[in-house]
Amino acid sequence: MTDIPAKAAVASASSGSVLLTLMKARTFIALIAVLVFFSIAAPNFLSAANLILMSKHVALNAFLAMGMTFVIITGGIDLSVGSIVGLCGMVAGYLVLNGIDLQVGYTIYFNVFEIALITLAVGILIGAVNGLLITRLNVAPFIATLGVLYVARGLALLSSDGRTFPNLVGKPDLGTTGFGFLGAGRLFGLPVSIWILVVVALGAAYLAKYTPLGRHIFAVGGNERAARISGVRVNMVKMFVYMFSGFCAAIVGLIISSELMASHPATGESFELNAIAAAVLGGTSMSGGRGTIGGTIVGAFVIGILSDGLVMMGVSSFWQMVIKGLVIIVAVVVDQAQRRLQSRVTLMQMAKAG
Amino acid sequence: MTAAIDHDVILKLEDVSKVYSGTVAVKRANFEVRKGAVNVLVGENGAGKSTLMKIIAGVEQPTLGRILLEGEEVSFSSSGDAVNRGIGMVFQELNLFGNLTVAENIFATREITNRFHKIDSGEQERRAAEFLERLEAGIRPDMLVEDLRIGQQQLVEIAKAVSLDARILIMDEPTSALSAAEVEILFKVIADLKARGVAIVYISHRLEELIRIGDYITVLRDGRITGQEKMKNVDTQWIVRQMIGSDAKDFAKADGHVPGAEIFRAEDICLPRVTGGLAVDHVSLSLRAGEILGIYGLMGAGRSELFDCIMGRHGHATGTIFIAGKKVKERDTTRRIRRGLALIPEDRQREGLVSILSVASNLTLASLSRFVRLFHISGAKENQAVTQMVRELAIKVANPAQEVSSLSGGNQQKVVIGKALLTGPKVLLMDEPSRGIDVGAKADVFRTMRKLSRDGLGILFATSDLDEVMALSDRIAVMSNGKLTGMFDRAEATEAALVAASALGHGPVPHTENRP
Repeated sequence: MTDIPAKAAVASASSGSVLLTLMKARTFIALIAVLVFFSIAAPNFLSAANLILMSKHVALNAFLAMGMTFVIITGGIDLSVGSIVGLCGMVAGYLVLNGIDLQVGYTIYFNVFEIALITLAVGILIGAVNGLLITRLNVAPFIATLGVLYVARGLALLSSDGRTFPNLVGKPDLGTTGFGFLGAGRLFGLPVSIWILVVVALGAAYLAKYTPLGRHIFAVGGNERAARISGVRVNMVKMFVYMFSGFCAAIVGLIISSELMASHPATGESFELNAIAAAVLGGTSMSGGRGTIGGTIVGAFVIGILSDGLVMMGVSSFWQMVIKGLVIIVAVVVDQAQRRLQSRVTLMQMAKAG
Repeated sequence: MTAAIDHDVILKLEDVSKVYSGTVAVKRANFEVRKGAVNVLVGENGAGKSTLMKIIAGVEQPTLGRILLEGEEVSFSSSGDAVNRGIGMVFQELNLFGNLTVAENIFATREITNRFHKIDSGEQERRAAEFLERLEAGIRPDMLVEDLRIGQQQLVEIAKAVSLDARILIMDEPTSALSAAEVEILFKVIADLKARGVAIVYISHRLEELIRIGDYITVLRDGRITGQEKMKNVDTQWIVRQMIGSDAKDFAKADGHVPGAEIFRAEDICLPRVTGGLAVDHVSLSLRAGEILGIYGLMGAGRSELFDCIMGRHGHATGTIFIAGKKVKERDTTRRIRRGLALIPEDRQREGLVSILSVASNLTLASLSRFVRLFHISGAKENQAVTQMVRELAIKVANPAQEVSSLSGGNQQKVVIGKALLTGPKVLLMDEPSRGIDVGAKADVFRTMRKLSRDGLGILFATSDLDEVMALSDRIAVMSNGKLTGMFDRAEATEAALVAASALGHGPVPHTENRP
C-alpha cells in the first residue's frame, strides 16, 4: 500500500489512520489470534495447569527480552545473554555444591539467599564488562557481546570441565537447602518465577516511563549526539542497560538451575536470539529509540504460546522453526509499513497546510 | 538573440510540492523548461533550487503535484528512469568514484561490453576521449579521478552528463570550482548543446554569469517561485529583488539596555586538528551579562569548534573558561550545563533534536533533574514547564506530545532554544540560530535573543550572515582559520572591515604583516 500514488494517498489519509491504529496494535492482535487459534486447535490448551506451565516457559524468555529491549533502544545489541544464563547457572550450582574453598582448610558455604545475590552480581558484572568494552574501548556492541558470548560460555564449561552439577538439594547442616524454591515454589497459587517477572517488568516499565534514566535511554537511541550535547551521560546510560541485561540473564540462570535442580554448562544456548525476536515482535526498533516493556512482554508471550501450542498440536519441531521465523519476518515487515504510512500521513498534512 | 523566438516547452512542473520531515522545501512550484535554451534558476541558499532539480532528475519524488514531459504525465522512481527519458544532471556535490578511471566514471552503469559481456575498456576510453576533447581540459580517459584537481573532476562530471545525449541537461552550480578559462570552455559547450536543441537548466549564484548565458530566468524564494521572465527583460536589480523580497529582514531593534558585569571569559582556547594544525587557535574573549557578542566568519573558520570547546565536547582542547569570574574546572558537557552554559548547535537534525521523541520530551531533555522528586519525574511540573516554553517562544504545535519531526524547521529551532533555556543558563551559545528557517521564525528567534539579553543573559552567537551580525550584535568578533582576527564595537564596525578580517590567513594574503 505504500506504492499508492500521491493523490490517492490524500484521499485515503483518514482510512489510513484506521489502518494505522490496527497496525500499532498488531502485537496484541497477534497474541489474541494465537490464543484463539490454539484454544480451538489444541485440546487442553486453556486448562489452568497448561496456562501456568506456558507462563513459566514464557517468563524465561521475557526476562531476557526486557533486558534486550533497553539495550536495543539505546541502539545496541546484547548477544551474550544466553551465555550469561549458562555461566550464572554454573556459579549458583558450584556454590550450592562446593562453596568457596579458602585454600587454608576452610570452605565457606553460603545460604541460598546469599547464593542468589552473588549470582546476580556475577550477571551484572559481565554486563558491566560489555558496557566497558562498548563505552571505554569503543568496540561495536555486536562484536563486544559476541566476544563475551564465547568467553562466558567457555568459563561455564571450564567451571565443571563440561560436566553437569547434579542434585542441588544442598545439605541442611551447611544451610544450603531450599534452592528449589525459585523454580518450583508457589506464592498465592502462582509460580515464584511469575511473581518475579511481574515485579521486574513493572519496575522496568516504571523506569522507562517515569525516571530521567528511562528518558535518557530513549534519547541516546534516538540521537546520541543530541543527547550528549543536552548533557545526558551517554556512557553511564549504556553501562546501565548492559548491566540490567546481565542482571536479567542471571535471574534466568538461577530459575533454570532451580527448576532442574541441576546446572548444565550448555544452558541458554541461542536464548539471545529468542530474546531479540520477542523484543522485535513487540515493536522495538533495531535502529534504536523505539520500544516498550509492555510490547516486549506481549511479544515474548506470542513466541512462547506459538511454540508451546505447536508442540501440543504435534507439529514437528522443524516446522515450528519455519513458522517462528515467518512470524518474526511478518512482524518486521508490518512494522516498516506502519512507519512509512505514518510518515506519509504526516507529510501529506504538512504539504496541505504549507 | 535566440530568445527572440519563443522556444517550445519540453518539461513542465505543475503545482509540485516537496516536504521533508520538518521542512517544506518546495511549495506548489510551476516551472517550465524550454528546448534549445538555457533556463536559469536562482535563489538564496535553502530556497529549494537543488530540491526542485532533484525532482526533475528523478532523485527525489514530489510529495504532491505532477511532471509533464512533452505534454505527457510522467513519474520517475529513480534517476535511472529520468536518464532513460533523456534527462541528465550535473550534481552540485560531485558524484564520482575516485578509485575508478575517468572513462569508467563516464560510462558507469552504462558500460560498453562486447559479446561476452566483458567491458570493452578500449572503446570506452576512445569514446570518453571524444567528450573530453570538447572540454579541452587535457584530461586523459585512463587517469584515476582521485588524482584530478576538483575543477577537473567537475569537468568529468560535465562530460559524463553530456555523454548521456540528454534532451534536458541540468547543471547545478557547474562553475563553482572552475577557473575563468574553464568557465569559457563550458560556455562554448553549452552554446553547442543549445544549438542542437538541448534544454539546459542552469543553477548558479554568480549573477553576471546568469545574465550572460541565460535565456529564461526563474527565481525561487523559500520554496516558492517568485518570478519567471525572459532574461532580456530583466536586470540584476530585478533578480535581487525577487530573491530577497521587497520586505527587509525583520531584526528586532536594540532596546538600549546597558550590559552588566563580565559573565563569561574564555582564555587561550586551543583545539588541535586531526590533520595537524589548530582548528581553534589561541582564542580569548569575554562577554558581559546582557550582551550579545556576534562571531562572524566564513565556513570552517572555527566558530563551531570554539563553541564545542567551551561546552567541553573535546577532551583534548586546552584553555580555561570562567563563568561570573569563577574558573570552570568541570570538563564534561553535563556538568558545564549545570554551571550555566547552554549550546544551540548549528545542525538541528544531527545535534539539536531527538527527532523520534515528542516535543515535550525534547524540551525537557536537558533539564529533567528539575522535575524529579527522588527519582520520579513529576508529570505536572514537566507539563507546566513545557506549556510555559511553548507559550513564551510561540512554538506552533497543536499538542506537545506530537513527534518533534512533524514541526516546521523554525518551530524545531524554537524547541532547541527552549531546551537550552529550561536549563536556566547564564551564557547561551547559539551557532547559526537562523539557518534554514523561514522569515517569520527568524524574526521570532531574533526577538527572543533581544529579550534574553535584556533579562541579563550573555549571548554568543556565530553566523556567516553579515546583515545578521551587524544588526543584532553589541560587539562583533571575527574569526578566520581558527584565530580571532578582529573585535569591533557595533558603532565602529563596517561590513568591509568584517569581510577583510574574515579573509585573514586564507591563502597567500600579501600584506598580513601590516595588520594587527
